[in-house]
Amino acid sequence: MSESTTSSTEGARLHAREQVHNRVETMPIIPASAAFDWPSGVSDNQKLWAETVEGGNYTTLFVKRGAIIELTDVYGDACAHLALYNATQTDERLNVADTVKVQWQAYLGPGQLLLSDRGRALASILLDTSGKHDTFAGMSHKEQNEAKYGDGDAFGPSPAGRELMILAAAKAGLEPRDIPPTVSLFKGFYVQPNGGLVSTGSAGAYASVWLRAEMPIILLIANAAHPLDIRNEYVCTPLKIRIWEPSPESHQNFPAVPFDVEAERALANTRSYLALKGI
Amino acid sequence: MAKTTPNVPVAIASQKIVSDEVAASRGPWSGIVRAGQFLTIVDLEGNQAVDCIIYDAHDTAIRYSAPTTIAHQRNVFLTHGSVLLANTGVPLMKIVESDVERHDTVGGACSKESNSLRYGLHTVHQHACVENFLLEGAKYGLGKRDLVSNINFYMNVPVESNGMLGIVDGISAPGLSLTLQAERDVIVLVSNCPQINNPCNGFNPTEVRMIITEN
Repeated sequence: MSESTTSSTEGARLHAREQVHNRVETMPIIPASAAFDWPSGVSDNQKLWAETVEGGNYTTLFVKRGAIIELTDVYGDACAHLALYNATQTDERLNVADTVKVQWQAYLGPGQLLLSDRGRALASILLDTSGKHDTFAGMSHKEQNEAKYGDGDAFGPSPAGRELMILAAAKAGLEPRDIPPTVSLFKGFYVQPNGGLVSTGSAGAYASVWLRAEMPIILLIANAAHPLDIRNEYVCTPLKIRIWEPSPESHQNFPAVPFDVEAERALANTRSYLALKGI
Repeated sequence: MAKTTPNVPVAIASQKIVSDEVAASRGPWSGIVRAGQFLTIVDLEGNQAVDCIIYDAHDTAIRYSAPTTIAHQRNVFLTHGSVLLANTGVPLMKIVESDVERHDTVGGACSKESNSLRYGLHTVHQHACVENFLLEGAKYGLGKRDLVSNINFYMNVPVESNGMLGIVDGISAPGLSLTLQAERDVIVLVSNCPQINNPCNGFNPTEVRMIITEN
């Protein structure tokens, strides 16, 4: 009878170290330049972060000003719930009401900003090949998923968006009370004249959204089934993330989006705030 | 906050009055409404936006969530029968009477900062709802982190088919009222909206009456 390979500390260490080359689809790739599937024209020295988040999981990202964040719905059933914060003062955070009210538009798309509660831009939307997003219904909560799928725990088979977001926030030193209303990408809804919310579904596999961080931000992403997903089973597929720093020479490769007058004022407020603060 | 005259809306005429106050125009108001008690808000002069955030009185991390409420009822408008839910999904209050067809919970609260985007930097030093929330919330230890999504009673925010939305002329009138019933002990934080740059208060902020009653 052979002895277990992990019966000694020496053996256990060897056993642990042998696992490091395992690969799964949903994981970070470090360094980012080792990851595949970047937009053309992004050189290795611009690549900052590469990660794929599985359905029913989350990530916490600290992103420098000016970085471009590409989120891709790889199989057509990701749902990326986003919460954003000013990384230098986290009580400034995404304000969904101001985002839709100030810009006179409830449906997210290129040229729109994700606004904070301080009249400033946390991020701008540069590109959107999906067009299926939601600013109204937020994330599911634990009891809701328990009733719908039989379980809502973060570590269970059908995690509620809010449970995942609580963990994502904790990794940035933030508490549940710091989680504001969120926006979600890749599952669309429109509002009927009577106020009713109607699903427009998904844009399908490989739809992408490009965001630009307009100040140093904390970006929390929970990839969890939309609270109004009509299916009886929990469906949520991987979300691919690529983040890079645009180089001045490659600026012509990035889309130029027209900003509305309110958005221009928010960007001006943001530049002025950052300059005064020395960022 | 002065005491008011005795005539009360029909819906609560047979109830015992716990408190009866007037929220000054442009000012804050708050109250604790116990489980089962009622809060009636009277739009005394018509089309006065009443911005409102609700917290569980025993754990203020549990607070009103517009998205959770909207998702639950699959509708962006608050109306008679709407249950106002917290971020955890528990019910905080329910709209049991409303003379006005619908109320807003999408448009948020005005702030000095958002005014700078909507109307220009010349409005930055005008008073705003966020200021009222901060002043009144401080009495309960609530700060900027606690200002989340809110309700705008008597405010009219249609959403067009192309996604365009905005605050337009109100659909309320002098003397109309609504009544909420508390589903648990709650803190109700109110800003009697001071906004003068859009029609949410008919360009003339006025007093509203806040009556807490019980059976």
